Amino acid sequence: MALIAVDDLHVYLGESHVLQGVSFEVPEGGVTALLGRNGVGKTTTLRAMMGLVPRRGSVTLAGEELNRLPTHSIVRRGIGYVPEDRDVFAGLTVDENLRLAERNGNPRYELVYELFPELKTRGGQKAGTLSGGQQQMVAIARALLNDNPVLLVDEPTKGLAPLLVTEVAAALERAAELATVLLVEQNLAVVARVAQQVVVLDGGRVVHTGGAKELLGDPERIRELLGVHGGGH
Amino acid sequence: MSTFILLTITGLGLGAMYFLIASGLSLIYGLMGVLNFAHGAFLTVGAYAAWEASTHVGGGAGTKLLVAALAGLAAGALVAALVELLLIRPLYRRPIEQVLVTVGLALALSALVEAIWGFDARQFPVPAWLIDTTTIFGAHIPNDRFLEIATAALVLVGLTAFLRYTRYGLIIRAGVENRAMVTALGIDVRKAFTLVFALGGLAAALAGVLSGVYFGTIDPSRGTSLLIFAFIVVVIGGFGSIGGTAVAAVVVGLIQQYANYYASSGLGDLAVVLLLAVVLLLKPEGLSPRVAH
Repeated sequence: MALIAVDDLHVYLGESHVLQGVSFEVPEGGVTALLGRNGVGKTTTLRAMMGLVPRRGSVTLAGEELNRLPTHSIVRRGIGYVPEDRDVFAGLTVDENLRLAERNGNPRYELVYELFPELKTRGGQKAGTLSGGQQQMVAIARALLNDNPVLLVDEPTKGLAPLLVTEVAAALERAAELATVLLVEQNLAVVARVAQQVVVLDGGRVVHTGGAKELLGDPERIRELLGVHGGGH
Repeated sequence: MSTFILLTITGLGLGAMYFLIASGLSLIYGLMGVLNFAHGAFLTVGAYAAWEASTHVGGGAGTKLLVAALAGLAAGALVAALVELLLIRPLYRRPIEQVLVTVGLALALSALVEAIWGFDARQFPVPAWLIDTTTIFGAHIPNDRFLEIATAALVLVGLTAFLRYTRYGLIIRAGVENRAMVTALGIDVRKAFTLVFALGGLAAALAGVLSGVYFGTIDPSRGTSLLIFAFIVVVIGGFGSIGGTAVAAVVVGLIQQYANYYASSGLGDLAVVLLLAVVLLLKPEGLSPRVAH
């Protein structure tokens, strides 16, 4: 049974009809990658699921309708969110960024510091002075700090150096052992490494769903759906 | 020399009042994006609630002032919290309507105060020791100036400690930077909105009480006239920055006093507007960035 079900999701941003009835399901456990060319609505889909943009349609988590809930209530149902642009609080220290994300009495600092030891040593540093990769660690750490059964992760490797991409991919693999992950990612090598299922968007609609291996093993289909060569993995 | 010292301490006293009004205004805009034109009305309501309370208690002027201040602060915080809950909250993400509501509310509350207490100024209960002067380097400084400066300094320290060391302070500092991301961490930021409004109302009411001590009287237009300078202070200091607001309040208070005395009486207001123009030209974001600290 699907843990998350998105049904007929519509989003209008100004005059633009960005999501035109997006429907897909995310099974419990593992990583489902949400793929597509630039501007097809991947980030908007995650933002709509989080209640960060006005939306119409249905999003359910374990059968419970989320679309009428405000963002903070959706998060409290157990959905962690790592936004596309990291959105760390630049004026707060790393420790304060993490402390702000604590939602219960048992924050998982051991897990966070095991994945990103650098965050422990840089606890007193203002997040705005960190590199892009370090900021991404903070953003992922905030989502992992609580026992969220679901993580929505938006382009975590965007703009990162290859070494950091590997580190983030490893963190995603670890996260997938603890939660169901819906991942927006342009780097197909990372998708091949971590994802089991894929959902492909085009023009604000779902145009393909299926296994990650099947799609990534078919360069012709990748070129057709994503407009890129499939040799990156 | 004695004149300069008197002008400086009087300017600091005036700056202290500007800071008390502007700090709430700054945090409210920084966190919520609400340009609160009703903020001066919180000051007026606080001042009149204090005056009203002082007429119902016995004892000396000191006791009267203390009870009056507590009543004024409670009234300011309560009215501000109610305004946020009943009028501002239904209008989130509708900034034009919010501005219209706060302008309308400012007019309505001033009219209400005039209807209840009349247009004429009321004598404020000021203990004799506050009217007395202390001589510093030959300058005879009214003691109330020290009260205003010390109170504003305490509020600055308290507000800074609140923002730095409490969870709500953390939420407010984060919310000033990125409100949407705060909610995406599972935090109901609306509670912080109400708290910031209540704190702003409390500080404005405190300014109302202190303005009664400073001027010796209160009148229905006090909030509006001080609000104009508070807005200037907030723009100069940088929206959302308590430190920047404090510096700007001191600068504005001092420039007003110096210009009024050394240039020409009445030029103080013009000098402040000129300062605003210079800051907007050279540093449009204000003295301090949009970070609550």
